[in-house]
Amino acid sequence: MEIGSLGKIIAAHDLFIGFDQAFLDLVTGCAKNVRVEAGRYLFHEGDPADEIYLIREGRVALEISAPGRGSMVFQAAGPGEAIGLSWLVPPYRWNYDGRSTDLTRAISVDAACLRRKCEADHDLGFAVMQRFMPVIVERLHATRLQLLDVYGSHV
Amino acid sequence: MFDLRDPMVPAVARVIRSRHETADVWTLDLELVDAVWPGFSPGQFNMLSVFGVGEAPISFSGEPTDNAHIVHTVRAVGPVSKALCHLKVGDTVGVRGPFGNAWPMDHARGRDVIVVAGGLGLAPVRPVLYRLMADRRSHGRVTLLYGARNPGEILYRHEIEKWRTRLDIDVEVTVDHATADWRGHVGVVTKLIGRARFDPADAVAIVCGPEVMMRFAAKALADSGIPEKEIYLSMERNMKCGIGLCGHCQLGPLFICRDGPVFTQDRLRTLMATKEL
Repeated sequence: MEIGSLGKIIAAHDLFIGFDQAFLDLVTGCAKNVRVEAGRYLFHEGDPADEIYLIREGRVALEISAPGRGSMVFQAAGPGEAIGLSWLVPPYRWNYDGRSTDLTRAISVDAACLRRKCEADHDLGFAVMQRFMPVIVERLHATRLQLLDVYGSHV
Repeated sequence: MFDLRDPMVPAVARVIRSRHETADVWTLDLELVDAVWPGFSPGQFNMLSVFGVGEAPISFSGEPTDNAHIVHTVRAVGPVSKALCHLKVGDTVGVRGPFGNAWPMDHARGRDVIVVAGGLGLAPVRPVLYRLMADRRSHGRVTLLYGARNPGEILYRHEIEKWRTRLDIDVEVTVDHATADWRGHVGVVTKLIGRARFDPADAVAIVCGPEVMMRFAAKALADSGIPEKEIYLSMERNMKCGIGLCGHCQLGPLFICRDGPVFTQDRLRTLMATKEL
């Protein structure tokens, strides 16, 4: 796919809507299109977190295996969402598995490439952080609500 | 013939059907023994009593146009609700009601309607959904966003699957956690609000579920642009008399049984945030 059309796709993704064009070009330089069949894993717990996925179509279940309980899905990411927040924090490893539950199309951003660019250009780094921080805060908040187990029986 | 107009005296009803919905939830169909049921409006509730055990407020969960049956969905939590869930066909219960105000069905005509329900909170809004679907052309977009603890605790699963096949209503279901065979949304129900299609300037939101969930759902709906006076929530408190006399269900200046249980978010926001209440 041409860089131009890839850039347009990234610019239209919820995470990067309204992102500065010069910064967008830098992000696009680290990106490629990926397609994952239903049932295939994008990554496993413990793998290097070397990619960020911007989901365009389909759904990815994020799951953790527990002995005797099998794989427990704690979140599912769909179109417009991003997965791969571990790219931001050393030692850059996935803390869970990511499995495509439907045919999934996504933009994969090379995390090492983006980290290098953010390190070289702190304005880009700050702009990228401004995009990822709300996602992190939203997930933290959602996790708190899940921990409250609001639908359980509480006498 | 028994007179249901005395709100303090229960009429006797017989269980004519009991359905096991999920692990701890049952739906009971009741029929009055010697009285004529006056009908109910979606959002109202009855006080149901199990003789020798006690009484509890339970919302209507059935078809509002069906005056032959009184339908309640109950979760076995306390002594009364557990006794209700264990009733068999032919057993009798006491019925006082209907009490309380209703969801804004007339006000919702001509507008987009977004229903957000969590857990057992789907039961009190099922009559709303029946009404909306029976009178579908009188409304704009209709959306149901439902959150459950896990796939096994999805209430009225077969009905939800049927509603999802309709082309004139958007239905999204999410669970807090799931096993690997679940292919749907996983996450809190508030997350679905941002992706729902509605015109916030001309929408009515109906929210029902645990209070924490309603608080955050109301906030997410307000953040999406729906005015707080168009966000309706159904409150739950320790209701006893059902007619605003005993004060057990008082929430600040409100009696939930008499002034509610349905309130708009602009009236509730401060009250729900007050821990002492």
